Amino acid sequence: MATLYLSVLVLIPLGAVVWRSREDGWSAFWSDVTTPEAWSTIKLTVLASLGVAAINVVMGTLIAWVLVRDSFPGQRIVEVLIDLPFALPTIVAGLVLIALYGPDSPVGVSLAYSRPGVVLALLFVTLPFVVRTVQPVLLELDVEMEEAAASLGASRFTTFRRIILPNLVPAILAGAGLSFARAMSEYGSTVLISGNIPFRTQVSSVHIYNQIENDNTTGAAAVATLLLIVSLVVLFGINLIERWAVNRD
Amino acid sequence: MTRYLLRFVALFYLAFLLVIPVGVVFRRTFANGFGVFWDSITTPEAVHAFKVTLIVALVAVALNTVFGVSVSLLLVRRNFRGKRVLNLLIDLPLAISPVVVGLALILVYGRLTPVGEWFGNRGIDILYAIPAMVMATAFVSLPLVVRELVPVLEEIGTDQEQAASTLGASAFQTFRRITLPAIRWALVYGIILTFARSLGEFGAIAVVSGRIRNETQTLTLLVHERYTNFDQEGAYAISFTLAFIAIVSMVVLTTVRPKER
Repeated sequence: MATLYLSVLVLIPLGAVVWRSREDGWSAFWSDVTTPEAWSTIKLTVLASLGVAAINVVMGTLIAWVLVRDSFPGQRIVEVLIDLPFALPTIVAGLVLIALYGPDSPVGVSLAYSRPGVVLALLFVTLPFVVRTVQPVLLELDVEMEEAAASLGASRFTTFRRIILPNLVPAILAGAGLSFARAMSEYGSTVLISGNIPFRTQVSSVHIYNQIENDNTTGAAAVATLLLIVSLVVLFGINLIERWAVNRD
Repeated sequence: MTRYLLRFVALFYLAFLLVIPVGVVFRRTFANGFGVFWDSITTPEAVHAFKVTLIVALVAVALNTVFGVSVSLLLVRRNFRGKRVLNLLIDLPLAISPVVVGLALILVYGRLTPVGEWFGNRGIDILYAIPAMVMATAFVSLPLVVRELVPVLEEIGTDQEQAASTLGASAFQTFRRITLPAIRWALVYGIILTFARSLGEFGAIAVVSGRIRNETQTLTLLVHERYTNFDQEGAYAISFTLAFIAIVSMVVLTTVRPKER
């Protein structure tokens, strides 16, 4: 029963996408993903997702650190707030950002219809990933190791770099992988703030959407297949990292 | 010193990325008073969108709850070939673009496909109607129940279940009297997550619904339509409602969570 449900809902439809993209042969597939417009969306999506994953590595680890090792009034509220981007509908996330950083911004910063706007939207929806993978590891980390390092004369920065960071690496990588995969596939939050300008701010998901609207399902399927392959590779990578982390303990 | 600097950077980032933008929308929603907000979310169009959203979400939640419970039991309690593949497949929807989900459903259930035609000849529309919207929503929220249940099932082990069946309980009795009470809170958690995700789905629904006003339009589609038609205040009002539901579910979740651990 479960297999039937999974097949009808997930496997057969996804198989159809891959099938449709390959229908006219490899060269047709290749020319579909390398049309100037499709290719520019792919470049933007990959680069923006890499950038977002990198920013999340730094900011996510920092936020997790502050949540675990610091204590200040209102910390519980911040703790709950971190998950808000997961709970908020993506179109609402986009609208919220354009309300502050859009054309009639109350602070006078307009990132609408620009690439930084796209990155901002992606940062919003991927915020919780690194925080939520690093936080539990940080909580379980043995403080004794750090105290030992400090008593042997290590500076706080050295302790962090030599003792704490190596323990966090698998979690950080897993979180970065999840952020990257999510950013690659994001649609709703970028729709409003990016303005979907071809060759400038259009991401791959929007390109696929436009191709579907223009009845070019083959072209849509080609780019979709490329995204699918990336998702699979990233998921598999995260799976490997998790297994590596378990074996290392 | 470093401590305060780190705290400041973290809070500054969260303020400008998250808190202030959400705050601006909340303030603008009520800028013209509560009456205007209320009128905006009770137009016939909005009420209809609310109903459609609710129907789609509830059916998707029901499907994924049944699927989630059975797959979790399968993954934790049984050994079979392809288990690892199944495990990986369950997570796939989290990493797939919602637009691709929509495209995938169009290619199989569209009106010109064999499946779509078969149903079409019997007077059932799948695409641009509720069935495809339910499928799209169920697809994107597929892993949420499973991911909550699997760790709990692993932790409770099988001792009690085995004791029950040696005492003559049927498989169903064992599930109802032993397993279900043990996974109750994780299940509630998974269901709320699925529901929140379902209410907020946009991309996949945008592709398969056909965006027909007063027919297949959901709340998220209405937000988009209002915003692109320069009705910002109307878009804010619906967004506020959706954000309010999201925040309420989060508060419920944080109160449910500790009981489990």
